[in-house]
Amino acid sequence: MARLTAENLQRARQLIALYPQSRSALLPILHIAQEQDGWLTPDAITHVAELLDLEPAEVYGTASFYDMFFTHPVGRHLVSVCTNLACMINGGEELLEYAEARLGVAPGGTTADGQFTLEEVECIAFCGAAPCLTVNWRFFGNVSNDDFDRLAEDLAAGRLADDVPPHGTLNRVRRQVGLMAGAPVSPGDDEDAKPPQATAK
Amino acid sequence: MITDASPIVTARIGKSQSWTLRSYLDNGGYDGLRKALSMEPAAIAQEVLTANLLGRGGAGFEAGKKWGMLRQADPKYLVINGDESEPCTFKDHMLMEEDPHQIIEGVLICAFAIGATQAFIYVRGEFALGLERMSAALNEAYSFGAVGRNIFGSGFSIDIVIHPGAGAYICGEETALIESLEGKRGYPRDKPPWFPAVMGLYKAPTIVNNVETMSNLPWIVLHGGQAFADLGIGRSAGTRLFSLSGHVNRPANYEVEMAKTTFHDLIYDPKLGGGIRDNRQLKAFVPGGVSAPWFGPDQVDMALDQDAVGKAGSMLGSGSVVVMDDTTCMVRAAWRITRFFHRESCGQCTPCREGGGWLDKIMRRIEEGQGREADLELLLDVCDNIAPGLGWPPQKTTICVLGPSIPSSIVSGIKMFRDEFLVHIKEGACPFGR
Repeated sequence: MARLTAENLQRARQLIALYPQSRSALLPILHIAQEQDGWLTPDAITHVAELLDLEPAEVYGTASFYDMFFTHPVGRHLVSVCTNLACMINGGEELLEYAEARLGVAPGGTTADGQFTLEEVECIAFCGAAPCLTVNWRFFGNVSNDDFDRLAEDLAAGRLADDVPPHGTLNRVRRQVGLMAGAPVSPGDDEDAKPPQATAK
Repeated sequence: MITDASPIVTARIGKSQSWTLRSYLDNGGYDGLRKALSMEPAAIAQEVLTANLLGRGGAGFEAGKKWGMLRQADPKYLVINGDESEPCTFKDHMLMEEDPHQIIEGVLICAFAIGATQAFIYVRGEFALGLERMSAALNEAYSFGAVGRNIFGSGFSIDIVIHPGAGAYICGEETALIESLEGKRGYPRDKPPWFPAVMGLYKAPTIVNNVETMSNLPWIVLHGGQAFADLGIGRSAGTRLFSLSGHVNRPANYEVEMAKTTFHDLIYDPKLGGGIRDNRQLKAFVPGGVSAPWFGPDQVDMALDQDAVGKAGSMLGSGSVVVMDDTTCMVRAAWRITRFFHRESCGQCTPCREGGGWLDKIMRRIEEGQGREADLELLLDVCDNIAPGLGWPPQKTTICVLGPSIPSSIVSGIKMFRDEFLVHIKEGACPFGR
């Protein structure tokens, strides 16, 4: 139950610098906090509030609006099965029932070993491959019961670690630069600017 | 008949590593931006007006007209809506994963045309791969000199920020998206006064445009607005991406010429949907996202034309077509859609927050065999309280259009399949065995 680590604190400050108003960085920073601990701990919420000059209640009140943020611990693998229309008419509800039986938990529940949390989700925009699910927001389509068995085994054995990072890790690509448009003009810069070449074909 | 119009927004999809800068440049990438930067901003806006590019997010408003409504003040923001959440719509998801540079190029063209101070691309939080591909592409674009300071030596400078959402359907509504981008709960804002073009992000004038809309801009700049307008018919110009799902043999995204292609083509053409699975019969289809009233088999020959579909009492909306065959329980389908809206209501307005819950409960009891005959009138009465008159487009009793979209599936279901509802009630069970 930790505050943000030094590295994550630095990432948070870099995010804040990208926005005209600091509070805009709240959702991206909460994703970092969730990446760090797997869920949003009270300490992390307090720390994020301090960074953005907000009350912890304001941070909690915002976080609680969004389905992807958890204010309680969840499993290492968040299995989200879609049952919305396109999946429903292609076996999504049956897949969810199968997942419940296979993992031994109802939607919202976490397995005793902390490996899996199961949830029913609304449409995740992968309807061309219905029924579908995500694990930690990595997509799997046209999932049969056998596929689900294999997937659960592979995840538990750590065989998919490269494709499916632990819960909370959303975007593994870091932004390489800060804001540049307003950077001061270096001497001679504008003289170097050439008229753009039209390249229409 | 499918026309021979070449694809615009999906032209590079399927090419090796289509999401990388190298692949993008090998296939004409950033040529549109170079040309745009040599033009007057107003001339670009004029091309988009000439193109008759309707917004591809759901409302279908003319993009060029929207830009023209932007209040002139400093700063001005451009916000891209990549929060694709309308059930059964999965086209922007694909565009962000497969051709992120095309979106970035479109954003840069738009930002230059409207004179934006900064641009934000709001990507639906659940799209982890989309976020990674968009972020990697943005890094590449900065290194290439396409984003940032003095782009391609033109003197034009702009920064782009990729912003992740965190799971909330309502944030696809433009004012809720802006609230979310400000780090708040995604509560839609009242219009007026909160028209984004007048008072948007941080109360500054803001253009909110969809991902697919942006993806069309490089092509329009390179080929001219007239070439785009020459595709399709009238207001339904150009090509458009349709997300086809449900009981078809080949569910996928298909880019087709608007107005010259019909729902029948989309569902049955061997190169498109390939017909209904197991050669079953079409029972009904959703023509444009689950907010849209349903169509039956007698409407399948209608063209994919925004105005024609509107006149028939529904909408092309987000461009998602869901095909339901004769094995589908329409009560369960309508209930599932209702449950979705109830879950996703932000809770600000009573008709949506409470009405959605009542409808969910009544639909559930009918599907589970506990319904009463008076329930059909009760359902319609509750629907009428949310969207008075039950017409389309719906009358609003709420801040945003989520609430007034709830009745669509129930009203369609009762209108088209009243007997099926009654069988559930009379037999005390779902005839489809669930």
